[in-house]
Amino acid sequence: MSAPVKENPVNKYLRMERMPSIWCPGCGIGTTVNCFARALDESKIPLDNLAVVSGIGCTGRVAGYLNVDSFHTTHGRAIPFATGLQLARPDLKVVVYSGDGDLSAIGGNHFIHAARRNADLLVVMVNNFTYGMTGGQVTPTTFRPAIASTTPYGAFEQTFNMPMLADSCGAVYVARWTAYHVKQLAKSMAEAINKRGFRFIEIAAPCPTLYLRRNKLGEGLDEMKFYKEKSVIRNGVDTREVALDYRKEITVGKFVDRERPTLEDAMDQRYKEALGAKYVPYVSPGAAKSQA
Amino acid sequence: MSNANSSGTLTGSHYLDGDHACSEGAIAAGCRFAAGYPITPSTEVVERLAQRFPFVGGRFLQFEDELAASIALLGGAWGGAKACTVTSGPGFSLMMEHIGLAAITETPCVFFNVQRAGPSTGLPTQPAQGDMMQARFGSHGDYRLIALCPNSPQECFDLTVDAFNMAEEFRVPVLVMLDEVVGHMTEKVVIPDDAEIKVTERRWTKKPPGEFKLFAPAEGSLVPEMVKPGDGYRIHVTGLTHDERGYPKMTVPEHEKMQMRLWNKIVLNADKIVKYEAKDLDDAEVVVVSYGITSRIAERAMQQARAQGVKVGSFRLITAWPFPEKEILQLSKKVKAFVVPELNLGQMVLEVQRIVEGRTKVVPVPHVGGTVHDPQVITNAIVGAVR
Repeated sequence: MSAPVKENPVNKYLRMERMPSIWCPGCGIGTTVNCFARALDESKIPLDNLAVVSGIGCTGRVAGYLNVDSFHTTHGRAIPFATGLQLARPDLKVVVYSGDGDLSAIGGNHFIHAARRNADLLVVMVNNFTYGMTGGQVTPTTFRPAIASTTPYGAFEQTFNMPMLADSCGAVYVARWTAYHVKQLAKSMAEAINKRGFRFIEIAAPCPTLYLRRNKLGEGLDEMKFYKEKSVIRNGVDTREVALDYRKEITVGKFVDRERPTLEDAMDQRYKEALGAKYVPYVSPGAAKSQA
Repeated sequence: MSNANSSGTLTGSHYLDGDHACSEGAIAAGCRFAAGYPITPSTEVVERLAQRFPFVGGRFLQFEDELAASIALLGGAWGGAKACTVTSGPGFSLMMEHIGLAAITETPCVFFNVQRAGPSTGLPTQPAQGDMMQARFGSHGDYRLIALCPNSPQECFDLTVDAFNMAEEFRVPVLVMLDEVVGHMTEKVVIPDDAEIKVTERRWTKKPPGEFKLFAPAEGSLVPEMVKPGDGYRIHVTGLTHDERGYPKMTVPEHEKMQMRLWNKIVLNADKIVKYEAKDLDDAEVVVVSYGITSRIAERAMQQARAQGVKVGSFRLITAWPFPEKEILQLSKKVKAFVVPELNLGQMVLEVQRIVEGRTKVVPVPHVGGTVHDPQVITNAIVGAVR
């Protein structure tokens, strides 16, 4: 019995020659990438106009698997790299794709400022509640009292509510989903990619090898069942009410969707007002293709 | 600045300090993207860029810290712009990781470091030349880059143009290593017409997607050509050890291949890169090796020594890295001594000693920084070296 095999529609968005990925079986990162590929399909944005920037860590490898112009930068600094790239190339859509350790710990300052200045970036944060690449250490999103290799007796710090942080700094789009919500996540990504300004999507995702195993929470599939059971969709809810807690209800949905001038718009507007006709606007090097 | 010509270049004679001359050099070289963070004594460079860029189609943003500024710079450079960042001491330390990223990803870009006395916060408003070894070795791992040392505002302009050109020619970060005195001293700076300013454009490939490899050296060269995102090449750029396509390839042979090309593209091109100024070397018994503001002080010392009958010549480093090994080696075979004054406790003198290998005397003239040498101290070292 050999039914004709149709090519997976997401393949063209991936560097198939680089498969298999480094991600463990049951890891949620690949699921989010699948959603991202479907979002690209749905949003119809020209792939040549898309650049993806990652930091370091398991999610930091996403950029390298996507079949677009991609940049794998330093730990925590994907956002300022992307801000520089976007300012130099306003004709590109720039997406930052990284993990909770990368974006909320070492890169936390850049996250705050990019949201404040409304840098024209979509920031996708896969939150697996641990540093996977280095062996499962505590992150600013690890719940009390979860076990991590550097909190062997349980985490004891308050966690970041990242949607609230993004919202309070001025992000124009804030959503949270889990790796279980593949349809909603893909739709949210497609919606966010076509918006301008600082957009933030957090995705709770299983790390079976480290976080789940150390905390005796089962396999990746068990965590997906947990997400299904515990998630409550509350679109438009105040982000002060969406903090996560250990094994408690997970508030998901689109929390913020508003308009605000982007960094680039505000910069141009100020120069126009201050300098009038003397202002010489920046011309993107993208106007001339590399092949002269 | 209303007399800038249509390209933005401020052609004419000006009275500028070194920091501002760097800004004008950047504009003349075609830099239209800058990312910065304020730090004394370098801030004037970005202040002038912030003021000038809106008139010349440039984009400047002040970032939240030097980590952000030094990688936003790389984002801008990969976007296709000629880009720079500016800092001093503590900021330079923070930028080290991205100097390494620029080296491994072969990103053309320029870093200005207006040196002040350290370590740590040190003497924020006072000069030193204490970052010379950090410029060479500061980021982790083995890599090579280019570092230049202007000794006047005029040279700040000239070497800034050279820095941008060499960054493009060798796809490498270039460091312009001022010191506080050169950055803040005001002198005449002549900015030529655009036609007289040699500007190296980015080496865009003519190969189509599929044939072009972002990290494969161009034919007859050790340096790869470039493309921009958005041109359909679907490039990947990573700080991991990578193959010629840019894909991570973490094997020893691949690491060696990548590392050795990054190394050789600078080392084997040293003759094209190295610049120095030689004076009175023909009959010299003693050669003063100096750079930056110290070379200006050493001139006075050399006059005093000659008045005392010492045949002294000058070898001024314009390129600190790569170090002019060949030239120092040749000199070491015919002179009695090298005298090396610098505003640190002995950095570039280590290079002189390494090359000389004990063939002749090498006399360090260290200074903790905070001010310049008393010329008499250098004079005494010159005279003492042969008596």
